[in-house]
Amino acid sequence: MAWTRKLLRVNLSKGTCTSEDLNMAWAQEYLGSRGLATKYFIEETDPKVDPLSPENKLIMATGPLTGTCASTSGRYTVVTKGALTGAIACSNSGGFFGNEMKNAGWDMVIFEGKSDKPVYLSITNDEAELVDASNYWGKSCWDTEEGIKADLQDPQVRVASIGVSGEKGVLYACVVNDMDRAAGRSGVGTVMGSKNLKAVAIRGTKGVRVEDPAQFLEATNAGKAVLAENPVTGQGLPTYGTQVLMNVINEIGAMPTRNFREVQFEGAANISGEKMHEVRADGTKNLTTNAACYGCTIACQRVSTVERTHYTVKDRPEYQGASGGLEYEAAWSLGSECGIDDIEALTFANFICNEQGYDPISFGATVGAAMELFEIGALTTEQTGGIELKFGNAKALTDLAEMVGRGEGFGLEIGLGSARLCEKYGHPELSMSVKKQEFPAYDARGVQGMGLTYATSNRGACHLRSYTIASEVLGIPEKTDPLVTDGKAGLVMAFQDATAAVDSSGLCIFTTFAWSLEDIAPQVNAACEGDWSVEKMLEVGERIWNMERQYNLAAGFTGKDDTLPQRLLKDAAKTGPAKGKVNELGKMLPEYYQLRGWDAEGVPTGDTLNRLGLS
Amino acid sequence: MQKALNINPDKCTGCLQCEVACSMEHVGEFNPSKSRIKVFKFHHEGRFVPYTCTQCSEAWCMRSCPVEAITVDAETGAKVVADSACVGCKVCTISCPFGTVNYVPDTGKVAKCDLCGGDPKCASACPTGAITFVDAEATGLEKMRAWAAKTDTGTATEA
Repeated sequence: MAWTRKLLRVNLSKGTCTSEDLNMAWAQEYLGSRGLATKYFIEETDPKVDPLSPENKLIMATGPLTGTCASTSGRYTVVTKGALTGAIACSNSGGFFGNEMKNAGWDMVIFEGKSDKPVYLSITNDEAELVDASNYWGKSCWDTEEGIKADLQDPQVRVASIGVSGEKGVLYACVVNDMDRAAGRSGVGTVMGSKNLKAVAIRGTKGVRVEDPAQFLEATNAGKAVLAENPVTGQGLPTYGTQVLMNVINEIGAMPTRNFREVQFEGAANISGEKMHEVRADGTKNLTTNAACYGCTIACQRVSTVERTHYTVKDRPEYQGASGGLEYEAAWSLGSECGIDDIEALTFANFICNEQGYDPISFGATVGAAMELFEIGALTTEQTGGIELKFGNAKALTDLAEMVGRGEGFGLEIGLGSARLCEKYGHPELSMSVKKQEFPAYDARGVQGMGLTYATSNRGACHLRSYTIASEVLGIPEKTDPLVTDGKAGLVMAFQDATAAVDSSGLCIFTTFAWSLEDIAPQVNAACEGDWSVEKMLEVGERIWNMERQYNLAAGFTGKDDTLPQRLLKDAAKTGPAKGKVNELGKMLPEYYQLRGWDAEGVPTGDTLNRLGLS
Repeated sequence: MQKALNINPDKCTGCLQCEVACSMEHVGEFNPSKSRIKVFKFHHEGRFVPYTCTQCSEAWCMRSCPVEAITVDAETGAKVVADSACVGCKVCTISCPFGTVNYVPDTGKVAKCDLCGGDPKCASACPTGAITFVDAEATGLEKMRAWAAKTDTGTATEA
């Protein structure tokens, strides 16, 4: 129950689709989604594999709660070796694709090999086949999704696809489902493109069942009540989306600005959630509506419309409709990171990221780095194809968004990501990244715990592996001082383990603004076979974290990669509450290793591995 | 007092909790494809619209049924399909002007909203109040109030 107990193995080299029983012993150890897919991935691939070779595999996986009535239960995870990072990559996405996979009767789909021509996978319940996708190669995620629905004559099909950027090797390409939901980070879409796999289309009508329906309804209803009553999940996120954070983070001096040179952005209010609600000159608003993924009672998603007279869309009706955006991360990366406060330009650039399937965080942060390279003269208009890549130049941003989307000209260089770009132009220190993945929207000088989070993240710099902002800024589950380092090692570890467990259940991490594992474990327990206590969930989370760590060590990463760019460690914040501060990673990291049961080089000890059953 | 489902698309976020609850109530599993209420997404307009049977008083589905498989639940006013009588001829699906009666190949019968016997699960599952179960005489009140606010060009300032 809860699991379908089946996985679909798709060999793209041979063109075969075969059904296998799910390893239920592993399901008890790794739960599902992120955890279970990573277990399969690690068992089946060489950690030294080139991410873009046919030997790399790509797994799409649901969790046991995916497709149920639990709030936020629409999620699925894409696991592979990341094209951007070379580390274990797992990106998850909401929308309606995950629940459809579950309803079709599959816990996961494993893709292996490489097709000799573009294909898409079509699944209707038990039936799965690879279909020629030559017509779709070179098309956007939006055209691919709408085209496949028309071809199959079924508007209820759910489609996850890659855009042109994923075909052309942009290293941070996403897998986009439902037009504007994405498994966004680490280049999982690039891996999909390297396999000549354009899309996956699923229609499922088999239904999802749980172990104890009555108890499950009781546990999930209790959970929904907690979400509704909580000020963050019940009011803040529904009203402003994740953009509720823009002004808050700016005020505390943790808003990375102009490639992390500054920690506050003077234009923050112009690109904030509050601004999206304002009536524009033509009487319309940027924000069209809020929206929800499958089963989500929070509804943090924003749906926006670019002002029709704006230079980006005024002669292009195809972009004048509503679509997903802006979320806080994109508003930051496209906005303050590049010194741009034109919210309409940011919305347009975000549309293009969704349409062509690439990560707005890595894109915006790479443009920010390129702007700094341009400013110091390391890049000139000769290389950029005439683009004046100055901080604050909105037209440069939107032009580059389209060039990256098409994989053309200087767009291909922006598509390398900031680490490779800055290396190429002689200033590797200007890339704000860990394991070649760009930072998200929190400056680690103003929020100390996020520095340790970034440095130790198994998939490269990321906020979704231990979102200590919850504690350090919002006071959830308890307030810790963002400017002190004491206690942050334990906080980061606890968040990492809990997050791994939540990701593996099939739920969205945003529920944890209101839910602790005390709220989540009863839902998992009622749905699944076995005894799923809080303690077991935490143990599963810790096991997953250590398993991912071991993979990265085997792939060639070491404790030396648990670091931050010098800018965050040496250049003090210039303004705001964090003025004069650097990130004090050196104070937190040894304690973190010790708490983890790792040696001084960051390698899990034999005792730790034995305790977790990972030997 | 007869009650009716009242749908306000402006409040809908497209989460499908109504579809999931409906399928659980009627087929014992979470399965939107088996739901009798459907949420339609109009992506380019940024709109979500839940849609289900309106329980017409002059119910064309009921009148057209050649075997009298559809009857009125006296207590709720719902037009209810008796599976034991339905022969799956699909005439009701043709008669319904709104398409809210649908044939289910698995069972060989048609399925439509039956108001869950007076406690519609879609309404209780809706997290935003887009679907409510209200006094049948008051289904238009909220919309009326909204129009009243819009059309009042008097001196009151906009809320």
